[in-house]
Amino acid sequence: MEKFSTHTGVGAPLRRSNVDTDQIIPAVWLKKVTRDGFEEGLFSAWRSDPSFVLNQDAYKNATVLVAGPDFGTGSSREHAVWALQNYGFKVVISPRFGDIFRGNSGKAGLLAAQVDDKVVQRLWDYLDTNPGATITVDLESRTVKAGDGVDAIEDSFTIDDYTRWRLLEGLDDVGITLSHEDDIVTYEKSRPSFKPATL
Amino acid sequence: MGKTLAEKIWDEHVVRSHEGEPDLLYIDLHLIHEVTSPQAFDGLRLAGRTVRRPDLTLATEDHNIPTTDLDKPIADLVSRTQVETLRRNCEEFGVRLHPMGDIDQGIVHVVGPQLGLTQPGMTIVCGDSHTSTHGAFGSIAFGIGTSEVEHVLATQSLSQAKPKMMAVEVVGELPAGSTAKDLILALITQETTGGGQGYIVEYRGEAIRKLSMEARMTICNMSIEWGAKAGLIAPDQTTYDYLEGRPNAPTGADWDAAVAYWDSLVTDDDAEFDKTITIDASTITPFVTWGTNPGQGVPLSGNVPDPASFEDDNERIAAENALRYMGLEAGTPMKDIKVDTVFIGSCTNGRIEDLRVAANLIEGHKVAPDTRILVVPGSVRVRLQAEQEGLDVIFKDAGAEWRGAGCSMCLGMNPDQLTPGERSASTSNRNFEGRQGKGGRTHLVSPDVAVATGILGHLAGPADLAELAKAGN
Repeated sequence: MEKFSTHTGVGAPLRRSNVDTDQIIPAVWLKKVTRDGFEEGLFSAWRSDPSFVLNQDAYKNATVLVAGPDFGTGSSREHAVWALQNYGFKVVISPRFGDIFRGNSGKAGLLAAQVDDKVVQRLWDYLDTNPGATITVDLESRTVKAGDGVDAIEDSFTIDDYTRWRLLEGLDDVGITLSHEDDIVTYEKSRPSFKPATL
Repeated sequence: MGKTLAEKIWDEHVVRSHEGEPDLLYIDLHLIHEVTSPQAFDGLRLAGRTVRRPDLTLATEDHNIPTTDLDKPIADLVSRTQVETLRRNCEEFGVRLHPMGDIDQGIVHVVGPQLGLTQPGMTIVCGDSHTSTHGAFGSIAFGIGTSEVEHVLATQSLSQAKPKMMAVEVVGELPAGSTAKDLILALITQETTGGGQGYIVEYRGEAIRKLSMEARMTICNMSIEWGAKAGLIAPDQTTYDYLEGRPNAPTGADWDAAVAYWDSLVTDDDAEFDKTITIDASTITPFVTWGTNPGQGVPLSGNVPDPASFEDDNERIAAENALRYMGLEAGTPMKDIKVDTVFIGSCTNGRIEDLRVAANLIEGHKVAPDTRILVVPGSVRVRLQAEQEGLDVIFKDAGAEWRGAGCSMCLGMNPDQLTPGERSASTSNRNFEGRQGKGGRTHLVSPDVAVATGILGHLAGPADLAELAKAGN
């Protein structure tokens, strides 16, 4: 996984709450057996609407998605994270994430930055009045920044310490766990015989 | 201080605990299906890793499986490739697989309990959010993403921060005509789709104790729909009776040892939950959704809400979008909504009890002229059991379609899909935009409401069927 420290990119305001992972990538796209090529399926139902945010020239190269609360609810499909990444997104900002989506983001290297409702509202308004403007997301200091002068937006975001550390270091999760294999072996010796086995 | 049920199970599965890190949890059972596993197996191959415990892993084919023409290869080539990829991976890594055509094939969350692999006090994961179903047995069960699938394959463990604990106290008793599905739909509307976020939820109380195992599975299945990490119910005699004698349930001295352990799986009297909410089961009436997330629901006797009635800006906009997508007008009585397709099945309501309830209600009636009913058993064994009981004949006599086992119309990955604008009453778990096919409009309902709707052609409940009978039709 690539290391993530700070990112500055065009922000796209997605003025919707409860964006479930079926909206991010519909099931028909999940038949692929690779991790790439999902960008076309991203928000595919909404992309056919010319007024959809990602169809606006100003937001075409967006890399920071600013969404309403409960982003990534529903299905566990990590394809939702891959679709956002394949499209070019590095960061999603929302007041609240679906639990599995947030976990998947951390594993795959997409930064899910949780901010206050009001921050999303201010970012939306800022991006609407300044289409194509950039947002800077600094994982080291856990801050989001946009704009200059008196109207500048600067606020903190929440991410758990462990995920932050893994993203900053670009670490492979399986590798970390296998370095504790002795603990797994010890645990396995203590498992009772009545636990079921499939073979 | 005592511990909650979930804390007990959690603590017993901690392989490694370190300040500032999530716990490393041991996983007792890893369920796999074709959609969320191919990239995980690829990851293993790339890193030269093996499946650590194939004996704690089970695979089945469900999402892509057609429910007709079962003797033919899957017509959709992309679906077929995905299913064949699972077969190759299971072969290469030594994982037990129940493929199409096998008697134990079915929806992964129906198959696990049916085999007796799902037992109290376990940790169970699957690359599928409805893994929460298995919590009905008093286990911690939750959905994971593909990177985590790879992690569990390689290490039989998972790094997880301990969630907070919530109690859902279900007081009172469900009235006749109201079901576990109505209860959970009402709860999700009360708490919204994010209400359970960050919590493992224990469903408790007299009404829960009185539910059958299959009804408990319906409740736990939809825990994810209000955002909970997992949902569980303490095991009791109902659980043991369900498990005893199943192929993978313990036997002899192991059974006795298991029961002794399972008996300890209760929340201690002095345990403290981080949050407790209460819902009165006696107030629950048939409940249906009107919108595009499972938290947008209303009693069947109610009306489509007016978006202006929502104080929260986000909720109001979501309601406006939902009504536009669903093609509904605020104020319309729910029972006036005409339905094209009724789907009875899925990991929420595709078990034998659900089919018995549905068959019992449909017997002697005919499906409405412009409506179709699809009945899809959750597994091959459920289908065979139903056929042994003659339920298939009852469905077919009424004009319903009797299908093969699979996820079917719960999600648009196999041939069973809605067409744009087509409206369904579905016993599944998600009414998201396009969930059942692009442009499809979904109302989530119980099996009882599904049948009544299919017979009357508009959203309706069992009481409406009784009215119909009284009127002499």
